[in-house]
Amino acid sequence: MRRVAVVGVGCTKFGELWDKSFRDLFIEAGIEALEDADLEGKEIEALYVGNMSAGRYIGQEHISALIADYSGLAEFNIPATRVEAADASGGLALREAYLAVASGLHDIVITGGVEKVSDVGDAMEILSCSADQEWEYFVGANLPALYALIARLHMERFGTTEEDLALIAVKNHRNAVKNPKAQFRGEISVKDVLNSPYVAEPLKLLDCASICDGASAVILASEDIAKKITDTPVYIKACCQASDYIALHSRKDLLTMTSVVKASRNAYKIAKIEPKDVQVAEVHDVFTIAEIIAYEDLGFCKKGEGAKLIREGETEIGGKIPVNTSGGLKACGHAVGATGIRQAVEIVLQLRGDANGRQVDAETGLALNIGGTGATAVVTIFSR
Amino acid sequence: MVPRFWRKIKYRYNLIGSYCENCGNYFYPPRNLCPVCRRKGKIKEVPLSGTGRVLSYTVVHQGENEGKPYIIALIELDEGVRLISQLVCNPEDVEIGMRVKSVFRKYGEDGKEGIIYYGTKFVPI
Amino acid sequence: MIGIVSYGTYIPKYRIKVEEIARIWGENAESIKSGLGVFEKSVPDIDEDTATIAVEASREALERAKINAKEIGAIFVGSESHPYAVKPTATIVGEALGVGNEYFSADLEFACKAGTAAMQICYAMVKAEMIKYGLAIGADTAQARPSDALEYSASAGGVALIIGRDPIAEIEATYSFTSDTPDFWRRDLQKYPSHGGRFTGLPAYFRHVISAARGLMEKYGYNLNDFDFAVFHQPNAKFPIRAARMLGIDTKKIEQGLVVRYIGNTYSASSLMGLAAILDIAKPEQRILLVSFGSGAGSDAFSIRVTDKIENFERNPSVWDKIKHREYIDYGLYLKHRDMIVR
Repeated sequence: MRRVAVVGVGCTKFGELWDKSFRDLFIEAGIEALEDADLEGKEIEALYVGNMSAGRYIGQEHISALIADYSGLAEFNIPATRVEAADASGGLALREAYLAVASGLHDIVITGGVEKVSDVGDAMEILSCSADQEWEYFVGANLPALYALIARLHMERFGTTEEDLALIAVKNHRNAVKNPKAQFRGEISVKDVLNSPYVAEPLKLLDCASICDGASAVILASEDIAKKITDTPVYIKACCQASDYIALHSRKDLLTMTSVVKASRNAYKIAKIEPKDVQVAEVHDVFTIAEIIAYEDLGFCKKGEGAKLIREGETEIGGKIPVNTSGGLKACGHAVGATGIRQAVEIVLQLRGDANGRQVDAETGLALNIGGTGATAVVTIFSR
Repeated sequence: MVPRFWRKIKYRYNLIGSYCENCGNYFYPPRNLCPVCRRKGKIKEVPLSGTGRVLSYTVVHQGENEGKPYIIALIELDEGVRLISQLVCNPEDVEIGMRVKSVFRKYGEDGKEGIIYYGTKFVPI
Repeated sequence: MIGIVSYGTYIPKYRIKVEEIARIWGENAESIKSGLGVFEKSVPDIDEDTATIAVEASREALERAKINAKEIGAIFVGSESHPYAVKPTATIVGEALGVGNEYFSADLEFACKAGTAAMQICYAMVKAEMIKYGLAIGADTAQARPSDALEYSASAGGVALIIGRDPIAEIEATYSFTSDTPDFWRRDLQKYPSHGGRFTGLPAYFRHVISAARGLMEKYGYNLNDFDFAVFHQPNAKFPIRAARMLGIDTKKIEQGLVVRYIGNTYSASSLMGLAAILDIAKPEQRILLVSFGSGAGSDAFSIRVTDKIENFERNPSVWDKIKHREYIDYGLYLKHRDMIVR
């Protein structure tokens, strides 16, 4: 397998984008990526897109064709593929694109994620279909309820508190002040989080990422081609994916996402690094508890000590391992299928030195994208 | 949704799960294929006891129920198999580890003109 | 010998007191309590209905019977609050009990006596050797018009009886008195029932209950001393006490079955709940007079003699135990539970 680099990135603002349609969104992200790579478009050999539920959110299927069409790539009849793994759809799209280039099948591909949730439907109801629709959602266990079950047990077993959860939200909102693409760019306090109404105890409104509209895109190229296109290629050292039983009740341990453990350990092995070598990370804080558990499952700390890490400020900008410098899902907003690619964009900007205002000094970065309550995990390791 | 609900009525009205004779594991909801043994597995239907304990729970305030906030619990039945269900109980009285048993209740309906969904919930013993 | 092989009951745990309802309408709670003899009534939970109540009562009856569910050859559910106007409650019960597909079945309606009508049908089928066991259920989640007198008593509950041979209580005889008397009715698609006020007394309840009781005794040669207990349909506490007096029955004999004071009128389960409360403590050879009443109108009378099989029969938790297991709610919650206010 040959080396693969990111040569261009693009991202729309995330949020409740009433003026922008599904088509508007992915074109905006795609153009930005092409401009970043200084490519015309005809160089692209294949297209990958991650989208969870255009069928339910906007009644549109066959997204791959739609995007190829509207981005002018159908003009060249290139292969276009849509992949789905709930909110890990973006991570999946990144991996498929990575494999296409690493294997030698293609030299330059574009991969993106897009979601338009505000046009129709109950956004959380549709996202809750990332769980087991028939046996979890049917009995009323929507996604907040499932993560709340995890949070409650984590608190019971390890002493994590609601304040610890709040610290995650506070950190991410603070980071997003410097991210022009984030949905929420104002700071919040621990008190704000604790006073927000319960959604599913112990998770409160400000413990939950908002589901929003957005699109992002990255262009991948083989090492040889990348060096011709850009002075600042960022290499993908590893891109690993793992699955797990879809429903919480089937998991071996409620407090460990085995998919994250497996995917990250494989990635570390391939990239020949250890968790402590990761210098910046984007993780899947769809709920604050998810970030705490991610610290543990990625190996940044021992199981049960996730709260200690945030309490001691280790994951702040300036800490030992800055996490979610972009603001994460919590402050950027969670544009479901686009999130995995947005995470990649942030890591690339960080490694290039282009993360104005929220820059950290890093040569190695990691992105963790999760589907549902952990039935899919994609871990990507980037380096300069 | 009618055929889809109907197909599983037997397994919702009563806790009928699966048992693999090869590895001795119980599964609920039922499975056609043992995930541990796959082709080597021998799955048969088995009624579960309906009694167990609460492993974790949450009080859902923003959710599907038209009624009051409801309680979702992860319950481990005495056979060792786990499931997610609603707990009919005062929120203040729920404790991790408490013993519960199954009851027959209404889960909802497909609108005022649609069919009524019945199923199994749990109450404290 | 054919009769009751097993019985099960279910009473939802919520209660609302007469004082609380009277508070809303500005009425005098004390005079209502002394007038009706009812102090509080049962209220179903938001996720309970006649089907869930019927299932819970039947599951208890089945467990106590120690028979295989597949031996049940008929299921009849009597109610005036079936969850569907078309689609039987009986098949939901059949599925929930695991009875299989080989059973006779239908839902019944005859106001508050649909449960005892189910008993009669099951009895006849067992006697005709069409079935081995029949499941007869009376269950209701009664709805009352706000501020109507019936609001103080219309409640929720269910009783399931398994009828067959080798019973714990033999059905020695049954007799029905029926006529076309519109004392209490509900037109299709109307939310609340209507009734004829005082007309529901002598020409309706008393005429049919007394006629059925006397008819049973005359036809089968019983006299009052043959009965150790009596239980009548109990829309309130006054009517059954008065019926007992009119028949010349010592009112002490109806006390054990007079559950209406604490759970209200469970409609199709009403007289059956009283019967169950009596069976909870009855001894072999004791005889019970059961007379139901259904508006529209009719009464089913039974002479039931307890056998020694009752001594090995599990009777706990008893009906009076379940009556004590309760939680009070206020009028607002009562409206929410009865689906009278929705989001």
